[in-house]
Amino acid sequence: MEPFRLGVSDAVDLLRRGGISAAELLEALFRRIDAVEPVVRAFVTVTRDEASARLGELESSGEGPHQALHAIPLAVKDNICTAGVKTTCSSRILRNFVPPYESTVTARLLREGYILLGKTNLDEFAMGSSTENSGFFPTRNPWDPERVPGGSSGGSAAAVAADECLAALGSDTGGSIRQPASFCGVVGLKPTYGRVSRYGLVAFASSLDQIGPITKSVRDAALLLNVISGHDPLDSTSAPVDRQDFTRSLDRGVKGLRIGVPKEYFVEGLDREVEQAVRDAIGELERLGAEVSEVSLPHTGYAVATYYILATSEASSNLARYDGVKYGFRAEGADLIEMYMETRAEGFGPEVKRRIMLGTYALSAGYYEAYYRKAQQVRTLIKEDFERAFERVDLIVTPTTPTPAFRLGEKVSDPLQMYLSDIFTISVNLAGVPGISIPCGFSTEGLPIGMQLIGRHFDEETLLRAAHAYEAATGWHGRRPVL
Amino acid sequence: MSGYEAVIGLEIHAQLLTESKIFCGCSTRFGAEPNTQTCPVCIGMPGVLPVLNRRAVEFTIRTGLALNCTIASYSRFARKNYFYPDLPKGYQISQYELPLCRDGHLEIHAGGVRRRVGITRIHLEEDAGKNIHQKDSSLVDLNRAGVPLMEIVTEPDIRTPTEAAAFMKKLRNILRYLDVCDGNMEQGSLRCDANVSVRPAGSTGLGTKTEVKNINSFRFVEKALAYEIRRQMRVLEEGGRVVQETRLWDPAAGVTVSMRTKEEAQDYRYFPEPDLVPLEVGEEWIEEIRSTLVELPDKKRERFMSEYGLPEYDAEVLTEERAVADWFEEAVRLGGSPKAVSNWMMTELSRLLNETGREIADAPITPAHLVSLLKLIEEGTISGTIAKTVFEEVFRSGREPEVIVREKGLVQITDTGEIERLVDDVLSANPAEVERYRKGEAKLLGFFVGQVMKASKGKANPKLVNELLRRKLS
Repeated sequence: MEPFRLGVSDAVDLLRRGGISAAELLEALFRRIDAVEPVVRAFVTVTRDEASARLGELESSGEGPHQALHAIPLAVKDNICTAGVKTTCSSRILRNFVPPYESTVTARLLREGYILLGKTNLDEFAMGSSTENSGFFPTRNPWDPERVPGGSSGGSAAAVAADECLAALGSDTGGSIRQPASFCGVVGLKPTYGRVSRYGLVAFASSLDQIGPITKSVRDAALLLNVISGHDPLDSTSAPVDRQDFTRSLDRGVKGLRIGVPKEYFVEGLDREVEQAVRDAIGELERLGAEVSEVSLPHTGYAVATYYILATSEASSNLARYDGVKYGFRAEGADLIEMYMETRAEGFGPEVKRRIMLGTYALSAGYYEAYYRKAQQVRTLIKEDFERAFERVDLIVTPTTPTPAFRLGEKVSDPLQMYLSDIFTISVNLAGVPGISIPCGFSTEGLPIGMQLIGRHFDEETLLRAAHAYEAATGWHGRRPVL
Repeated sequence: MSGYEAVIGLEIHAQLLTESKIFCGCSTRFGAEPNTQTCPVCIGMPGVLPVLNRRAVEFTIRTGLALNCTIASYSRFARKNYFYPDLPKGYQISQYELPLCRDGHLEIHAGGVRRRVGITRIHLEEDAGKNIHQKDSSLVDLNRAGVPLMEIVTEPDIRTPTEAAAFMKKLRNILRYLDVCDGNMEQGSLRCDANVSVRPAGSTGLGTKTEVKNINSFRFVEKALAYEIRRQMRVLEEGGRVVQETRLWDPAAGVTVSMRTKEEAQDYRYFPEPDLVPLEVGEEWIEEIRSTLVELPDKKRERFMSEYGLPEYDAEVLTEERAVADWFEEAVRLGGSPKAVSNWMMTELSRLLNETGREIADAPITPAHLVSLLKLIEEGTISGTIAKTVFEEVFRSGREPEVIVREKGLVQITDTGEIERLVDDVLSANPAEVERYRKGEAKLLGFFVGQVMKASKGKANPKLVNELLRRKLS
């Protein structure tokens, strides 16, 4: 097998056994990037020189045997700060921004010996579902370059699917890990809110953002979660929970596990082939010993509206710092106000502006009660929906997206249609619970279909165990696009 | 212009004396080179997060307890959104709906009136940086960005500028007692904005208010408010209407000028800060802080009166500053008589501190020095007059009073023979005055005492001089 086809766990084993050298592995990945990047365009920055220097450093450190990810090449979404390496958020306003600090997640990856291959493309400031909102260029779906990879972590998902890296980090505010993972036929995990530190993740919507892995297998997702999770004193919202080894219980199977199927997720607008694939997957889980029953999440219909009020409100404030005063892009202006206006007019793309305006409106005097406060109340109801469901079941299973990957340009002119592609993933962020998307089949057009599993707060263990059992029994994750 | 009364409420910002900033580890020291006390967090770089400084919370609780507030077991931070170059994140992290302290009060005494001023709330927030304007450009210094501030809001319970000034002075003393703020208005570590309105005396409704900003000195609290109240009364008497607006005090011109009207007021779009979890304060922590609370000025004043028998005026002056009160008590503990210590502190010590611009804590003279000096007077070793000279010398040099007295030969002459010789000299040199005294001009005794003291270079024991003069002149 070509070394770039490897996943993280297999590469770790192979490197330890001496079946491949770290230099060979790294070189194979850069050759792969050279070969497919002209089509896929997953990366905003490829850090070839830095990676070579890092390899030398790692080889002479003698730390190898103690590092969980020693010499493992990974890609990182370009809204996660990497010291000394440009972090652009795929926005013109941060085109040349080089952070002098390291995010907590990449600091933990560094400690475990990873090698950064590059920074991946995203919808500007993670706002979008297709990566077409990148301020630089769109990324293509490796299964069909005419289609979008999903978003906002489209670059990370495409890079993993195209074997340009062994795995990648993404961020998920309303589905930004799971939806592109589903579109690209890979595994995407959004951990429980608070499980992974947000320090160094450029904020879109602080109460919803969470970093997670995009991988070629469930085991790899568990392995990366081991490294990046755990309390961080630099992030007050990171939970004081002990770190644990999520790979240990992966093989325990699903026998006796109670799995709920929410009726609100199998409704009009759901693609027939997607529905069939997910129903088949549920059947497979049942065959493996899970007890399946119907559950109800009655406030599902309000999730998209709630999300677009809360997320945009927070975004309108989070993005205020890009004012041309301290760093990043600055347009000249006759006076302060003009400088502000020109900087933001030229620096931000249309979707970012749309969301800043939506959020500013929702927080304005006279509208706050009707929008922001009401949305917070509905968020509580959505959270309670999950709590009630989890009294009866251990996991919830749904389609990750209503349809497989759509075509480039298909939804750019219709923001509402674009927003609806996250309809099945958004509630999970509002509730703060963990969710994972795993491949569960293909459409007749050969596009991947994803299934979403949702777990209780801080119960990634059960989530990963069930996902792994399904994956082991079906093997959809082993398929790769022809590039 | 009688017939009207003013209604005043204050909003006070107090910079907290924490070592580090409220949401990062940067130093809060004043006066460093621009932008040298900054980090990615306080300059608002992308992706960084605030972490709350526990000391800042403790200081605010301490203040809340001293001002008789209820401490909220659950409070929350909020974002106040506005664009300004000195505000790096484009929002200020503050508290809005749920402040840390509320419903307190402080009693003041001014113009013969005792008044209880309600404290609506005390909340925690971060300070902004500073814009420095040059000829063609402006620069931003973010050293101050993120320095913890406490905002103290009073009820509209204050009625006169004198009361407002008394409130500010008392609050400042308390903050300094608590060691939470240095109370320096001129340097901006204590700032005061005032909401002012006027109404017909005796009515209970409220007139339209204005907010007066930029009152950056204790002297201006009274002046600015007096001006604004007069201005509003004049507007009403001329049949006009007070416009709700923010006005700026111009200390050079001695007037307030309109800054922005209500229509121009900003919409700050407050919402709960999602980067910080709600602040939960346990009863145990509050009690721990309460148990370490120092004795406050009011209590101390009462105690100085009852325990040391000081008059109210002395007790008031001595308890304004904690360091002064501690100095007094140390001198008394070392054996000084309370009233004597108080007299020396309120006259000589106070004068010398003023003249040299020193704080009592860094003056070379110590309570032990004063007690030694008092002993020298009591034992008759030196006279009160000489003692003043010695005191000044100790104040400047920090040397022991006994040493100074010995070195300079200032020991009082108590040898009757020597004094008798001086008295005889004075009497024989002034025969005319002796004659007049004997004819009944008794007040000339003072003249003779003065002459003898002068001849002795102040060292003669005045009591003995008096006795001898009377005997010889009778």
